[in-house]
Amino acid sequence: MSTLRHTRLSGLEPLVITPDLLFVNVGERTNVTGSAQFRKLVKEGRYEEAVDVARQQVESGAQIIDVNMDEGLIDSEAAMTRFLNLIMSEPDIARVPVMVDSSKWTVIEAGLRCLQGKGIVNSISMKEGEETFLEHARLVRQYGAAVVVMAFDEVGQADTCERKVDISSRAYKLLTEKVGMPPEDIIFDPNIFAVATGIEEHNNYAVDFIEATRELKKRFPSCHVSGGVSNVSFALRGNNPVREAIHSVFLYHAIKAGMDMGIVNAGSLSIYDDLPEELRERVEDVVLNRRPDATDRLLEIADRYKGGKAEAVVETAAWREKPVRERLSHAMVHGIDQFVVEDTEEARQLSSRPLDVIEGPLMDGMNIVGDLFGAGKMFLPQVVKSARVMKKAVAHLIPFIEEEKLRTGDAGKNNGTIVMATVKGDVHDIGKNIVGVVLRCNNFEVIDLGVMVPVQKILDTAREVKADIIGLSGLITPSLEEMSQVAREMQRQGFELPLMIGGATTSRAHTALRIEPHYKATTVWVKDASRAVGVAQSLVSKELVDEFIAKVRSEYAEVRERHKERGTGKPLVPMSKARGQRFNGGWESYTPPAPRKAGITVLDNYDLAELVPYIDWGPFFNAWELAGRFPAILDDEIVGPQARELFADAKAMLDKIVSEKWLTARGVIGFWQASGVGDDVEVRGEDGKKLAMLRFLRQQVDKPADRPDFCLADFVAPKDTGVADWVGGFAVTSGHGIDEHVARFEADHDDYSSIMLKALADRLAEAFAERLHERVRREFWGYVPDETLDNESLVAEKYRGIRPAPGYPACPEHTEKATLFDLLDAPGNTGIELTEGFAMYPTAAVSGWYFSHPGSQYFVVGKLSREQVEDYARRKGWKREVAERWLAPYLDYDVD
Amino acid sequence: MSNLPWLFPDRVAQLENALASRILVLDGGMGTMLQGHQLDEEGYRGERFAEGFDAHNTHGENCACDLKGNNDLLTLTKPEIIQGVHAAYLAAGADLVETNTFNATRISQADYHLEHLVPELNRAGAALARAACDAASTPEKPRFVIGVLGPTSRTASISPDVNDPGYRNVSFQELVDNYTEAAGALIDGGADTIMVETIFDTLNAKAALFALSELFRARGGRMPVMISGTITDRSGRTLSGQTAEAFYYSVAHVDPISVGFNCALGADELRPHVQTLSSIALTYVSTHPNAGLPNAFGEYDETPEQMAATIGDFAREGLLNLVGGCCGTTPAHIKAIADAVAPCRPRMFEASQQAA
Repeated sequence: MSTLRHTRLSGLEPLVITPDLLFVNVGERTNVTGSAQFRKLVKEGRYEEAVDVARQQVESGAQIIDVNMDEGLIDSEAAMTRFLNLIMSEPDIARVPVMVDSSKWTVIEAGLRCLQGKGIVNSISMKEGEETFLEHARLVRQYGAAVVVMAFDEVGQADTCERKVDISSRAYKLLTEKVGMPPEDIIFDPNIFAVATGIEEHNNYAVDFIEATRELKKRFPSCHVSGGVSNVSFALRGNNPVREAIHSVFLYHAIKAGMDMGIVNAGSLSIYDDLPEELRERVEDVVLNRRPDATDRLLEIADRYKGGKAEAVVETAAWREKPVRERLSHAMVHGIDQFVVEDTEEARQLSSRPLDVIEGPLMDGMNIVGDLFGAGKMFLPQVVKSARVMKKAVAHLIPFIEEEKLRTGDAGKNNGTIVMATVKGDVHDIGKNIVGVVLRCNNFEVIDLGVMVPVQKILDTAREVKADIIGLSGLITPSLEEMSQVAREMQRQGFELPLMIGGATTSRAHTALRIEPHYKATTVWVKDASRAVGVAQSLVSKELVDEFIAKVRSEYAEVRERHKERGTGKPLVPMSKARGQRFNGGWESYTPPAPRKAGITVLDNYDLAELVPYIDWGPFFNAWELAGRFPAILDDEIVGPQARELFADAKAMLDKIVSEKWLTARGVIGFWQASGVGDDVEVRGEDGKKLAMLRFLRQQVDKPADRPDFCLADFVAPKDTGVADWVGGFAVTSGHGIDEHVARFEADHDDYSSIMLKALADRLAEAFAERLHERVRREFWGYVPDETLDNESLVAEKYRGIRPAPGYPACPEHTEKATLFDLLDAPGNTGIELTEGFAMYPTAAVSGWYFSHPGSQYFVVGKLSREQVEDYARRKGWKREVAERWLAPYLDYDVD
Repeated sequence: MSNLPWLFPDRVAQLENALASRILVLDGGMGTMLQGHQLDEEGYRGERFAEGFDAHNTHGENCACDLKGNNDLLTLTKPEIIQGVHAAYLAAGADLVETNTFNATRISQADYHLEHLVPELNRAGAALARAACDAASTPEKPRFVIGVLGPTSRTASISPDVNDPGYRNVSFQELVDNYTEAAGALIDGGADTIMVETIFDTLNAKAALFALSELFRARGGRMPVMISGTITDRSGRTLSGQTAEAFYYSVAHVDPISVGFNCALGADELRPHVQTLSSIALTYVSTHPNAGLPNAFGEYDETPEQMAATIGDFAREGLLNLVGGCCGTTPAHIKAIADAVAPCRPRMFEASQQAA
């Protein structure tokens, strides 16, 4: 038969290599020989983090992942088995095929014995003669894998085009004739060697590879050609911009010659066309071996491209020379808003209608951005910057479009209209704003109703604007309950629009169990901004919607089924047992420290500069959906460049926030006499009169007798011991003054800066809480007067005493914030208000309790039995139903 | 492996002729038929295992345990019942019958301390089916014995320990050893083909297929291999998480004579997955669904007529080469199915078209 068979690989899902895939990216980072970070994780046995590296690769678009454990100090067979078994348990990783990579056959075999799918062996060769080669090939076939054949024979590794082709052809003949290997399961690796080494014999290495590729594809069209791309630029290590340029030029030519697979770091490839003219030409001279002095001429200019700056200058000059259409697209892809208004105006004058500019060059640019983002080649901060360029361009065009509309009555078309809101009682909107930006980038009309939006307003607006989708967001746990409420109302009022659910505390399980069942039409949980577009597009697409909805429904039904079967997980212990196992403070031999200054202390207009060193940057990068730890994230192979750029922008804005006093920090702390009474803490004034009862919840986990079931009340001396003790409380904000600046950015169509400012204000509030806690330990309460800890230790919570916040795991019930705020007079002293959902406003605010006992620690209360909920309701003076509503996410039983 | 000759070329030729000319019918459920006999503990034990252990073996009374439920043991203790089931399915029109060896592996027999019986169970299981088929065969309608390799009770790519997703309670090699022993005895007992079936975890199946490759090499000839996976629920995936398409690509390397799905779902629910296979498989496609989904009491109540109507549609759409039944199906179901598919042409695929 004349038609070619395609290579059919599989993980949990199939990967059929058809010609329209052009080039298959094999993720290279789960390779101990190529990634120092991964090697370190494996060596130290930190497999969970190693698994994250695999996940990140798949998320950034690797279609196959290469796994290599060849390192002298690692038991490679054991490591290969352990790592593959672990990633096989992660459906979002295991969905792609694995390339088992080792120079040792035993390691390859260990890997193959873990794969249920059809993977690839990398590699086998005739290095040790035909017999071993055939034996390995036969086993590869028996294990059901495809195979990479390295151009290596008894004589050595092939370096010339002729030898590469000869050895590969001989291998092909043996494999197909003696082993029955199907041609489509054979992948040639004709050896990529380093060029620009200064050794003349090396100059033609890239050309040899490219020409061998061309010949092999001609002879064996069903087979593939692959290679480790980073080898080619090995001589220039230390100069990443030039290395990336070499990779992109090399791939450009190799792919044209037929190379259709490669082990690459897809995230960091430069675009061939984007390379500065001069650099591209000199790299091309080297790669294609076009002149004898090519290496010298590349080295001459290489240093100029080493840092980011020189590159930017060279680049700027070049792209400004291009036609306006390309300039707009370039500005969009690179997020440069400097020239956008003049370019847009020029484009408008060249177009017959202003709308053509949007539908033409601007949408083209946004489509490129959307594609790159979807393929994991661009990251969120870049997308938000691109959106800023788009918004500014559109803002410039709107008056012209309005004018035209008046003349013709013609309006533009979009993908669909989405009404979005942060639900009633909640004020958090960073995530929602990011989703809004990303959706707008993809040509959705987004009506953003802002924060604390009541149900009816959301529904009325949706009707009024004939919305296609409603999107709800929320951060605090009571918002989960509010979202169920919205779903119930939508059902009651006969809505049929799809409902999208998002936000940090939401989850697939919660959506499936608590929201979707209330609403007959579609409800979809959206994990993060990067998924929002895909979901929204599926929901509005006539072709995709049915299948998509069916898939979501069956997924959620399955979640419910699993939840039902799982029952309640580990059974909780009765309260009598949990309380019997309370934490013992050793009160007979311990004297709690008295605060140096009891009562309330107000800290108004706190110096922002003092807070900056206390910032924990980790969550900041998370807010921008850049995964990784700070500061390691700055050197991350995939997101590193983006993280550095974002960090630089953040620090620049932070300087302005501090020096121009954009924000005002206000705080209050207080200390009161206190005693533990069961699971409550009684708080008294200086006169000994009772001020309040703090109600806490207790763990009900089945633990061995020597491990306590914690409750925060345990950290305060019980009343019946007669020991004098104290608790503290605090509320801080750095959000005053933010609205004016946010409004300014929004007026300037600059979501990037607006989101950045909110994220920084959040970080400053946290830093304020951290700094204040330190001062409390050293000065105000003063029980550790000489504590010296650096920021890293602070973030790692290595100090004595804790500052748990109502609404967080140790005391998850939000209404207790009201007691805290009363005691502190937080509204009067700091200007922080509580919403009806007990969220704090301004949003950039933190509040909590202080405990000083050396044994006090953070813990997670976890699930609650009906017995404890009834007990809690009684203590709070509530009906059980009220307690169940506030504690909904933690109930271990179904409410009847 | 494809360059090895067939071990029994004449029987393979007969099977291939039959496959090329019509849709072949597999048998139905074994368990359902055994339930009808309402055997008690004594019934399972028979004489040889009267004390709960094997009197022919030295393992002794320390290994005594209840044997009720060990259906594969009935091959030895109640051979007339097993032979009766085979005969009933052959009379209903089945072209192929499956041996009563679903749990005849060391891992599964360990529950009864009867690991040593594995070769005997498989050999005798194949011999019973062989005798039944030989008695029913005619030149126009030859009958074939399918030697069955079940999934075992363990999964090679799923951790049984929620706290350690990297943990496994069975290794690839253990599975290879289990399957090598069972398959060798099935061949010795007279099987015409080997079927790896009810595959929850494709890695278990790959171990079985690896074992078969090695066994065929050792014997200098191969047997036709049939493969049947199990889509466990409406998510459309195997228990180990693979889609139908990914599953096929994972097992296609042994050049199976057929690939299909069985168990867990009824014919209706299996339709999309059989369709998927039918459109991509470069070999014959089989299915032997349950008689619907279990009701609240775990019973299957799809009638022969209902099931045959659905499967008749499959056949008319050209999706099938082999079809039978799994849990809850009876000779009445198989008869209805055989009648329903009899007028339909078998599914064609690339290689069969090439051969034609």
